[in-house]
Amino acid sequence: MPKLIELVDGQARWAEDTFTALTDEDPIPPSGDVILSLARFQAEGDALLASNSRQVGVRIEPDQEVEGLAYDLPRIAVVALAFPKFRDGRAYTSARLLRERFGYQGQIRAVGDVLQEQAGFMVRCGFDAFEPADGATPEVLTKAANRFRHVYQRAADDRPIALDERAV
Amino acid sequence: MYQYDLIDKEFLADRSAEFRGQVARRLSGELTEDQFKPLRLMNGLYLQLHAYMLRVAIPYGSLNSTQARRLAQIARDFDKGYGHFTTRQNIQFNWIKLKDAPEILDKLAEVDLHAIQTSGNCIRNTTSDPYAGATAEEVDDPRVWSEVIRQWSTLHPEFSFLPRKFKIAITASAKDRTAAKVHDIGLMLRQGRDGTLGFEVIVGGGQGRTPYVGPTIKQFLPTDRLLSYLEAVLRVYNRHGRRDNIYKARIKILVAALGAEEFARQVDEEWAKIDAARADLPTAELARIRAAFAKTPFETLPARSDAFETAKANDAAFARFVRNNVKPHKQPGYSIVEVSLKAQEQTPGDASAQQLEVVADLAERFSLNDLRVTHAQNLVLPHVKLDDLPTVFATLQASGLATPNIDLVSDIIACPGLDYCALANARAIPVAQDIARQFADLDRAEKVGELKIKISGCINACGHHHVAHIGILGVDKKGEEFYQLSLGGSGAEDASIGKILGPALPADKVATAVDQLVGAYLNVRNDGERFLDTYRRVGLEPFKEAVYAQAD
Repeated sequence: MPKLIELVDGQARWAEDTFTALTDEDPIPPSGDVILSLARFQAEGDALLASNSRQVGVRIEPDQEVEGLAYDLPRIAVVALAFPKFRDGRAYTSARLLRERFGYQGQIRAVGDVLQEQAGFMVRCGFDAFEPADGATPEVLTKAANRFRHVYQRAADDRPIALDERAV
Repeated sequence: MYQYDLIDKEFLADRSAEFRGQVARRLSGELTEDQFKPLRLMNGLYLQLHAYMLRVAIPYGSLNSTQARRLAQIARDFDKGYGHFTTRQNIQFNWIKLKDAPEILDKLAEVDLHAIQTSGNCIRNTTSDPYAGATAEEVDDPRVWSEVIRQWSTLHPEFSFLPRKFKIAITASAKDRTAAKVHDIGLMLRQGRDGTLGFEVIVGGGQGRTPYVGPTIKQFLPTDRLLSYLEAVLRVYNRHGRRDNIYKARIKILVAALGAEEFARQVDEEWAKIDAARADLPTAELARIRAAFAKTPFETLPARSDAFETAKANDAAFARFVRNNVKPHKQPGYSIVEVSLKAQEQTPGDASAQQLEVVADLAERFSLNDLRVTHAQNLVLPHVKLDDLPTVFATLQASGLATPNIDLVSDIIACPGLDYCALANARAIPVAQDIARQFADLDRAEKVGELKIKISGCINACGHHHVAHIGILGVDKKGEEFYQLSLGGSGAEDASIGKILGPALPADKVATAVDQLVGAYLNVRNDGERFLDTYRRVGLEPFKEAVYAQAD
């Protein structure tokens, strides 16, 4: 079970993971927060959310479009974006769309081949939770996420960019 | 020229510090080579046949003299005394030790140079017109837009893990010196009927295994919408480009699969959803960048220089150099000077530390401190006074830099090939040298006229053989190096992909075959007709016969 790191105000810290990530074959536990595949969420999400007794998250694979979740986003506590390989960069687009286009306020969690070297990009795109695959600690992740004093392009983090700094 | 401010400088320092940490983790064994590979690639460090190779970006192909001298120093202190200019306005150092790499990046950062995004599946260094700011042909200064793209693409959080590498070229002249139509995105600045500027956007050109001349997906993109439109193109590609097969992952494959019209529609659909106020560059920032390039301090000079005319009349070698290497400048009394890196026996694109220092001095003294790198692997002094040309010529000549062969048969583009590259099937450099020797007679070379020969050591086509008038591709035939010839390609505004001439030839027959092709051309050409145009008029047959008839 990978450990969960959350990012709050630019600082990463260990977090207790209340969610259980379910495969499509796992039975739904009687209680507790769960993360489901998109297909399973579409089939069973309404029923689970109706009980109001637990939080529900959805896992999105790189080839699945987050647009399909737009209607349900206010009810979804976690969107887990999968990195089957760190080289697969589709989840960066998914994260930006969730934050910037759909105004998603819940947690965006990086799962899969999540490495400290990618942390800076992930944070800029709107990820705020990580299941690191390389044993990265919160200290390492904080450092990686804040390595650059300046950035050049607007993204989900709303950091002032180089041209804002120049305009001051 | 654009000067890096504190923000740009601190950014490079941070990048350098990051890489120093990564190298330390590799050297201590904390990272395996497998884990380290993607990190070093993000800093342009490749592991080649014999050593590490470091590829340094030269944004829009422009160097000041301090930067050129620093490259010379790195060649001398950390390499074997030379560097190799590539077809994409980068310079490569072929003999780098891993432990030295962080120090080299620090030394580069001190003069505002870097190796960011010179490899990896990200947006690479933007190719630009080496005559920018000097040619009268241009409707705007493409360096302004290259700098806009440089900043926007640098460590882009969303587009640093694309399906494959991504190359943008930009030109503002009708005559294209950037090979824009065979880039992932080619941007051609045009003036609209109402006088406003826009980009013709060409997407999905490319070379490699499946060469394409890219289709135009937008005829006229208003310049102030550039960044949001690029974001839309890159987003469609990032989401839908193939990731299952490295050979089908470039954007050209996606564009070809969808069709240009459907791809354009998807881009427009995404573009409409992007918040332009956030994505597009504010006018004030554009004005700041534009002002930085507008300050070229030209003197007011007469269009005619007596010193120049006299030297031309009295010195045949100088006159030949002027005919072939000196191009018209927009400013009266100035000229654009091409510095050929294709001397006899030279490796195409190589420059020694001493040569780099010579051109750095010339740039400083005679070219408003500006030196350019061309996609054809030559250098350019963009702003030389006609009065100074004889002195500049004499200095170049003394360092083996005055070869008068720009765009002639011996001005050959070649990749490093099997002499350096881990991917190559065959050598490229010795073949280029053979051909140059065959055409050592300068009178004959001038008589032949414009003839672009390009050599790649493997199908990845780094030597641009697909878009050569005569293309030469190295192939491996049962462990032996053979060379496949193709004709009729062009990487310029009249872009086309060459056609294969016939069966591949052994290395020692290539220069002879080129000679036979040239002979066939001279036999049938019309007055003033380039090799390429003759080929386009008469087709493959006469050329095929010239090379293969005797063999049959």
